[in-house]
Amino acid sequence: MALEDDRRGPVIRVTGLRNSFGDQVIHENLDLEVRRGEIIGIVGGSGTGKTVLMRSIIGLQRYTAGEVEIFGRRVSGLGELEELELRRQFGVLFQNGALFSTLTVAENIEVPMREFYHIEDALMDEIAAYKIAMVGLPPDAGPKHPSELSGGMKKRAGLARALALDPRLLFLDEPTAGLDPIGAAAFDQLILQLRQALDLTVFLITHDLDTLHTICDRVAVLADKRVLTVGTIDELLAFDHPWVQEYFRGPRGRAALASTAAGG
Amino acid sequence: MAEAEAPAEGRISESETDEGRTVHLSGRMTIRFIDPISRRLRALEADPEPLTIDLADIERIDTAGAWVLYRTRTAREAAGLPFQLTGASDKAEELIEQICSHTQPTKIRPDPMPGFIRTLEKLGAWITFVATTFGGFLAFLGLTLVSLGKVIAARRAFRWRAFINQFEAVGVASLGIIGLMSFLVGIVVAQQGAVQLRQFGADVFVINLVGRITFRELGVLMTAIMVAGRSGSAFAAQIGSMKLAEEVDAMRTIGMPPIEVLVIPRLLAAVFAMPLLAFYGSMLGILGGMLLTWASLGIPPATFVQRIQEVVPLTDVWVGLIKAPVFGLVIAVTGCFQGMQVRGNAEEVGLRTTAAVVQAIFLVIVLDAFFAVFFSAIGWN
Repeated sequence: MALEDDRRGPVIRVTGLRNSFGDQVIHENLDLEVRRGEIIGIVGGSGTGKTVLMRSIIGLQRYTAGEVEIFGRRVSGLGELEELELRRQFGVLFQNGALFSTLTVAENIEVPMREFYHIEDALMDEIAAYKIAMVGLPPDAGPKHPSELSGGMKKRAGLARALALDPRLLFLDEPTAGLDPIGAAAFDQLILQLRQALDLTVFLITHDLDTLHTICDRVAVLADKRVLTVGTIDELLAFDHPWVQEYFRGPRGRAALASTAAGG
Repeated sequence: MAEAEAPAEGRISESETDEGRTVHLSGRMTIRFIDPISRRLRALEADPEPLTIDLADIERIDTAGAWVLYRTRTAREAAGLPFQLTGASDKAEELIEQICSHTQPTKIRPDPMPGFIRTLEKLGAWITFVATTFGGFLAFLGLTLVSLGKVIAARRAFRWRAFINQFEAVGVASLGIIGLMSFLVGIVVAQQGAVQLRQFGADVFVINLVGRITFRELGVLMTAIMVAGRSGSAFAAQIGSMKLAEEVDAMRTIGMPPIEVLVIPRLLAAVFAMPLLAFYGSMLGILGGMLLTWASLGIPPATFVQRIQEVVPLTDVWVGLIKAPVFGLVIAVTGCFQGMQVRGNAEEVGLRTTAAVVQAIFLVIVLDAFFAVFFSAIGWN
């Protein structure tokens, strides 16, 4: 099928992207490539448009100029069916989970399955149960409503919904923000495991230096309205830019660096 | 795109030999094509014949496919029936292993309960809900009145700015819609009255009808319903969203009692705006009636006004104006109370807003009935 033809090329290619709100320009001539099977971390100061970039890629934000390609296919100007076809290729975890508050966790996970395929209820329940276990939710979480869940559990439930259709591309917006360090570390490991098991490509927005060090293959730095540089952490450590240096060499950056070095 | 996918589609075929049944799976064993495969394999779970599943021609497999294989294997093994998986790629093996490590008896739906118990439970929940709501309402009313007393006794600051903002929202901003509605109701009452009274040659009594019913009942009642719909709902929604966003808790910690900051200004705004709005609504209702009688019965406005003065006793105006602030109080207290009850999720805001409007209108009409009896009893007919 067309979306899979391009197995070698980048999963996401953004070229010359421009985003602006009124007079305020968020992105100007932004380029980014995400390779197949990698976990790419997106960092940048507050207001540099990390979430806007993600929203542009997944089609929630209309950009004023530039081009976004997913699986080698332009996202803009797709017909309704093609757009649906594209949308079921990726899963999105929003910052606060964005679970449907009137549905239970299990129903939330079943929503994409119901929407896209005809699957018998029994199998859907089984898949939902399996996803609940996979993201590390407790066995009694299925019938609960989102308001009964803690912040970390909401994120896990959101991830389970994002993974419902076994997407090959996963967008995560600050998955570990607001989690305790143990929960955040467990979440990091979960993402790594899932990548391993499902051949995922992960687009990850985060402020969490530990997450960057632990799971990201490459890191893209957003600054000055564009992607300043993309590279491994080591490459970024050598990159001569005051913000990048401050970010990775600041007190917190050093601590994270030290802990990964110590941990191997 | 559909035709491009055709070769990759997940397929299932079967063959039988002396050694048993073999199920050949080919193409993509992904969630998209899994449903028929899952159904067939489920049917074969308890089949006594030895079962072999051949995966050699699988192009792609995802967790849904792996799950179905895992489920079939587990069911066969549990039943002690022979089962074999052949031709599985490393990838498939790995996925199935992955699933093995993530199985836990997971609940999907709440536990079912016998119908009778469920009914009892619902009834009990409803009774507790009504009792706690009623108690909560009384407590809220008491707290509000105490706070109001403190403000009046000048022990606490009165928030003039909030009061003026709310007064504008409740009163000034609703002049247009309340005026239009009352005007139309005046026309309708006059028109219907004229049709009926004409049969008895008593056209002129339309003026009595319009004048008295508008001042005593319709003017204030329609205004109260509109204020409940417009402002009572707004109170509940505003305070409810503030509760959700923890703004109300933040106020408490800063030392601003929410009742004083949020409820009192809204309450006083409604209490003061209602009589003014009710009077204004009544006047426009009369105006509507006057225009209709002029147009359809040919009674000139001057005569109409003169007749109104003769047939509408001043007590009718007082009846309307005394009821108005009470209705305003009820609407504001219900709206603010429901807003304060919001907890949990955004859906709750909607439910509470609806409850605020429904209860406010209900209470207004109940009170109106009491007022009617009361005013008759004291001879204000």
